[in-house]
Amino acid sequence: MAFPLTVNNLTVAYQKKPVLEDISFRVPEGKLIGIIGPNGAGKSTLIKAILELIPSITGDVAIFGESYKKTRKRVGYVPQRESVDWDFPTDALDVVMMGRYGHLGWFKRPDKKDKAHAMECLDQVGMSQYAHRQISQLSGGQQQRVFLARALAQDAEIYFMDEPFVGVDAATEKAIIALLMKLKSQGKTVLVVHHDLNTVKEYFDWIMLLNVKLIGIGPTEKLFTKDYLQKTYGGSLTMLDSNTSPIIVSPR
Amino acid sequence: MNHFWIILIGALVGSSCSILGCFLVLRKMSMIGDAISHSVLPGIVIAFLISGSRESLVMMFGAAAIGLVTVFLIQMFQNSGVQADASIGVVFTALFAVGVVLISLYTRQVDLDLDCVLYGEIAYAPWDMLHFGGTSIGPKAVWGVGASFLLNILVISLFYKQFKISTFDPALAASLGIPVVFFHYLLMSLVSISTVASFESVGAILVVGMIIVPAATAYLLTDKLSRMIMISIILSIVSSLLGYYVAYLLDASISGTMVAVTGVLFLVALFFSPKHGVLIKKWSRRKLLQQN
Repeated sequence: MAFPLTVNNLTVAYQKKPVLEDISFRVPEGKLIGIIGPNGAGKSTLIKAILELIPSITGDVAIFGESYKKTRKRVGYVPQRESVDWDFPTDALDVVMMGRYGHLGWFKRPDKKDKAHAMECLDQVGMSQYAHRQISQLSGGQQQRVFLARALAQDAEIYFMDEPFVGVDAATEKAIIALLMKLKSQGKTVLVVHHDLNTVKEYFDWIMLLNVKLIGIGPTEKLFTKDYLQKTYGGSLTMLDSNTSPIIVSPR
Repeated sequence: MNHFWIILIGALVGSSCSILGCFLVLRKMSMIGDAISHSVLPGIVIAFLISGSRESLVMMFGAAAIGLVTVFLIQMFQNSGVQADASIGVVFTALFAVGVVLISLYTRQVDLDLDCVLYGEIAYAPWDMLHFGGTSIGPKAVWGVGASFLLNILVISLFYKQFKISTFDPALAASLGIPVVFFHYLLMSLVSISTVASFESVGAILVVGMIIVPAATAYLLTDKLSRMIMISIILSIVSSLLGYYVAYLLDASISGTMVAVTGVLFLVALFFSPKHGVLIKKWSRRKLLQQN
């Protein structure tokens, strides 16, 4: 059985300075993994490079042992919420349906079955009553749930989520994490770019510490320590107590 | 009969432009439509000089090619650090100027009138009939604009799903394996082709109006993309119908009046739209205040 995700010697640079440098790691099945690191550490870039949305200079990525081109249908992606125009003339259900496009091929249109499936996914994030609401009329948290429902509609085995907890209300955050735990219990692999260090221990069983280079990846209890965090964040980290929250990250 | 032909040409130009306009408006690229409609000028002139006729497909391809060059140059300048609006402005004014220079240089050899390219003359379009096997089969403009209308309908409905998702969320589209860049340039090719097909009848500058205004108006009236496209088509047809009769009454420029009507319809929608209208927003705000 191949690993859900294998990355070897991945390097990405926008101009001359590398954004990601020589990243290599493997991810086992059924883990909920938080990708953690300071601003500009390349967290979103890592996801985009794995999904071939931006070119990488060196390195190769294998998803379930094969190239991404062959395994697209087994991959789900949740971009940052701000990356799209929420004034687009469409409703929540229609956005979720877009998650089915990868399974439809070039010319097939979504049919009743796809619609029913999309509706189920909306239901799973507690949004079925908003199915026909124009997306600009939804709150930030509701928009994020729609994005999540869309990822569910992709019927994937490995998910990449770019900051799903940013700008959402507490209820949505709880709903999202419950859903991620459920995906994990179904044996799916979920990688989440995460900012709030105070919830890391509670949410993730694995973490990946990233700051241009890979600082470490593994079980949270092993890596979520003062030493590792200071290595990742450098001088910008203040821990009030080595074992308990709150943790403060000051801007450099 | 001429009344009918002129209105039909106006309606076809409007429909074929506004279908594409919907996607341009949603991609926040309305000004690219403007840029393309200007910068195809050198393409038209060069193709005209090579082929020596105003009706050949060569001219269409020449313009379409320059249209793509325009989009490519704008993208390239943006990527190398020029502001988005500045790079659009630089590219289309420069290319347009090259077109003007070319026309003025070859104006003796060439029967291509700058006024005609810019403003078009829809009133004469019905006289330029196309003949097939000795019998007249309608004005040339109807066939040209009709073909570009059918092409747009065909391509957009075939790839509706792809155009929609790559407009709304290009990152997800790309991750699903949809060639986003290809569809971007496909859309731009359609804009170039429609512009060239329409320039003889309504003129390059007024095509811009038909690309942007009905789409922007429809955007105010609905929350669904497919409906937005339908409404923009209907608006452009209504505009050419009303525009023609207003022009007829006032004895004014027909294509000018047609686009002026789209502007009036836009204002009406801006104020009275049941969903996004200025008045309904004011009214519901006042109602809210009274309740509190």
